[in-house]
Amino acid sequence: MAEPISPLDQDIRGVDALDIPRRDRRSLALAVWRSLWPKLAAVALVLVIWELVVLSGWKPTYVLPPPYVVFGRLGELITTADFWKAVAITMQRALFGFALAISLGTILGLAVSQSSILRRAVGSMITGLQSMPSIVWFPFAILLFGLTEGAILFVVVLGAAPAIANGLISGIDNIPPILLRAGQVLGARGLNSWRHVVLPAALPAYVAGLKQGWAFAWRSLMAGELLVIIASRPSIGVRLQFARELSDSAGLMAMMIVVLAVGLIVDGAVFGNIERWIRRNRGLEVSR
Amino acid sequence: MTVSTLSAQDLGASAGESPAAAPAIRVEHLWKTYGNGRSEVLALADFSLDVLPGEFVCLLGASGCGKTTLLNLIAGIYHIDRGSITTDGRGVGMVFQEPALFPWLTVRRNVETSMRFRRLHKHGRRQRVDELLHLVHLYDFGDRRPHELSGGMQQRATLARALAQDAEVLLMDEPFGSLDAMTRGILQDELERIWRATEVTVLFVTHDVSEAVRLGDRVVLLSSRPGRVIEEFPISLPRPRHTDSAEVNEAVHAITERLRDEVRRHG
Repeated sequence: MAEPISPLDQDIRGVDALDIPRRDRRSLALAVWRSLWPKLAAVALVLVIWELVVLSGWKPTYVLPPPYVVFGRLGELITTADFWKAVAITMQRALFGFALAISLGTILGLAVSQSSILRRAVGSMITGLQSMPSIVWFPFAILLFGLTEGAILFVVVLGAAPAIANGLISGIDNIPPILLRAGQVLGARGLNSWRHVVLPAALPAYVAGLKQGWAFAWRSLMAGELLVIIASRPSIGVRLQFARELSDSAGLMAMMIVVLAVGLIVDGAVFGNIERWIRRNRGLEVSR
Repeated sequence: MTVSTLSAQDLGASAGESPAAAPAIRVEHLWKTYGNGRSEVLALADFSLDVLPGEFVCLLGASGCGKTTLLNLIAGIYHIDRGSITTDGRGVGMVFQEPALFPWLTVRRNVETSMRFRRLHKHGRRQRVDELLHLVHLYDFGDRRPHELSGGMQQRATLARALAQDAEVLLMDEPFGSLDAMTRGILQDELERIWRATEVTVLFVTHDVSEAVRLGDRVVLLSSRPGRVIEEFPISLPRPRHTDSAEVNEAVHAITERLRDEVRRHG
């Protein structure tokens, strides 16, 4: 545009240039390294301590094998088809159970956030349910469903759904009223208001609830696989149980590392990235 | 309601006194209480006010005068107890005291919001957003998120978002209250320019007397608890006005005196 710049325009530009935060220009490689090295250091420390305990001779090595034996065993395991079959069965249960928990938790959360009667009726019960160790449900689930997939699914959903519902409820409760009023003035009604104002505003707390729900689902699932052993379904839990019965310490610990790794990957890589993305988008990151 | 007795050359007639023009906002015998039981507060009692199309009216008063309540009633956020409010059918736009941009949307998408609700065509939306971003000098920042902007820039984006509603009436609730003096001065100039360019009707709440005199065609002074119109001061000084000019200072002084009387009444 060839318009001459008025003094007012110039003032505005000057003030804007002074005010606006500078965009971060650090390289990706550097960012990855900065987040990675403390984790690697922590893992290295754990391995060193583990090795030292083994060297001290506290337990014989067939009970507590040193790290290289366990990791060697893990290396062998991941080349076998049986291992991947077990992981597939476990992940299938985890994802199906978690998906079901998301649907139920979300519906419950929406209902409670909208109805004051429902909130008084079951609001505190959801939190109570969440604090109950899910393993307590298994005897009952086994009575109800027998030693079946249903029993495992029942407890996984019961473990994860309350956390998801609570996340959504607190997300909706804590929306700044100014955003709701702004939405109303802008003409957001009914479904539009939900889609464009309420749900995006509640998203951070909802994702936090999902993350917590995943942790509960994974824990419940592992407990379930140890207790509910189904003959034709060789899961991660079944392999843990068998390793104990065969006194195969290295195999047992290798499977535990797998359990830990799955939990970490889903928590860090999936939810961690979603949360980081939300924080970055909304300027919730604190720079130190 | 009394009309000011300041000297005629300072004040003169309010803009557009032609009796034929239907008001853009008509508030008639409005009553509003909020809270309940013991904490019930009578915010507005038998409050009436007309704002003409294209007029810039500043509402001025000490705290508790129901300024914000009145805006929320006009915007339809609160329910009316008694009385009536009539505005043009196109609704009202509103700029709040604190920046109320949606933090999950870019500036451009924020400005676009009301047009999405009205299901305007994508191409038309784009063009209008471009226009508005140019108008508030934020064209280069359309793809930024609100948190990447300064407070003054956020308020300009909110102004663009309100103008995108294409409403005849713009309600502003102490929009520059939290900004530094320099930015506030610039934004007052900017708002005046936009108001003249768009011919929108503005009802502007402030507690800053010089801001009211700087911007308003008419300054309406409200009493506190309950809010009523004590006095109106038509300001016919030529624009743009400078807050350090003698005429502006004279009007500011007169209004401040009247405001002080009102505050003392509660002492």
